Amino acid sequence: MSNQVTLTINDREIKAGKGNKLLWVALENDIYIPHLCAIKEEPRPNASCRLCFVEIEGRDKPVTSCSTEVEEGMVVKTRSERVDRLVKTGFELLLSDHNLDCRNCPANRSCSLQVIAKKCGLKLRHQRFTPIERDYELDDSPAEFALDRSRCVRCGQCVWADRNEAKAGVLGFKNRGIDRIVTSFNDQPLADLGCNSCAHCVDACPVGALYYKQKA
Amino acid sequence: MQLLEGEREEILACVKEVLGNNSIERENLIPILQKVQHRLGYLPALAMEKIAEGVGVPEVDVYGLATFYNQFRLNPPGKHQVKVCLGTACYMVGGDITLESFERRMEIKEGETTSDRRYSLERVACVGCCSLAPVVVVDEQVEGKVTPTRVDGIMLALEEDGDQSGSSSGEADSETGEAGTNGNS
Repeated sequence: MSNQVTLTINDREIKAGKGNKLLWVALENDIYIPHLCAIKEEPRPNASCRLCFVEIEGRDKPVTSCSTEVEEGMVVKTRSERVDRLVKTGFELLLSDHNLDCRNCPANRSCSLQVIAKKCGLKLRHQRFTPIERDYELDDSPAEFALDRSRCVRCGQCVWADRNEAKAGVLGFKNRGIDRIVTSFNDQPLADLGCNSCAHCVDACPVGALYYKQKA
Repeated sequence: MQLLEGEREEILACVKEVLGNNSIERENLIPILQKVQHRLGYLPALAMEKIAEGVGVPEVDVYGLATFYNQFRLNPPGKHQVKVCLGTACYMVGGDITLESFERRMEIKEGETTSDRRYSLERVACVGCCSLAPVVVVDEQVEGKVTPTRVDGIMLALEEDGDQSGSSSGEADSETGEAGTNGNS
């Protein structure tokens, strides 16, 4: 039993394995926390999407649940004024350079952004932040799928799948800050770089950035 | 960017020497990139490929690193290097417009080099003479209060330098002298 901890999430008592991350414990118990970049198998999460904030009693500030391990006696609240505010701002920032043409997006109705918007009561449109428009080049070189960077949320799921599932090492990030974007070496078309169209990255994409061509 | 004659061999030899025979860990990537850039003046794609191979990481990781840090350049320095300051003061008085003017004149984007390697264009953050904003550094010469009209003048001076097929030091002196006068007027 020493490998088990008992914690409270939203007034519910929950038992969880020691060393597990709060986000996954909550999700397994049907408690929703918005998230995009979290990868369960990853020991050191990026915690870069800034959506999975929760309040933990005794801590000054909300923390990202994907990078916080459960502890005995932890008391967690998944929503609070501060959490909601952080999530709202994070979400709006993600949308600020997102191509919001949902109707023509292959991920329409299966998009994580839509799920988050619905579950957290957020709006899928530009609000406080001036939208940034970029002219990314569409990469439709692989036989089965294509990469439209204008819909990318920089969650890194495709990069992780590319490294750990496909073992390809074709996808990665370039640049820094607001210019960060998923790309391949020297921005070459994926098909020219040993991408074997295994499509693990497409399955990992939570939005419509990587998509199967026949669906589009 | 097209490699020059003999450049391929130079790159391969340089990377080989920097990597040496020891196995190299991922955390040594930055010093390796620094050494290679120090010797070649920039990081050609070929060098990044060979470094990735030597260190045993995906090529795109080396590319990601090289694009993350401002200190690395992916294009060769041009014969004339133009650096446009976009520090706070220069930015406020339209440094971005100056940069755009250069981009239009050179037909390249910031961070790039013309295909004949004559000009390279960069943005920098403060050269330390904010009272002259917007500031541009052409080769080693500081130009103050650079308006789009002045950009045309600078480009004209640089173009003339080429017409006289000048790579001699005398030419360079006359060019900087002229530019200096204009800058002070």
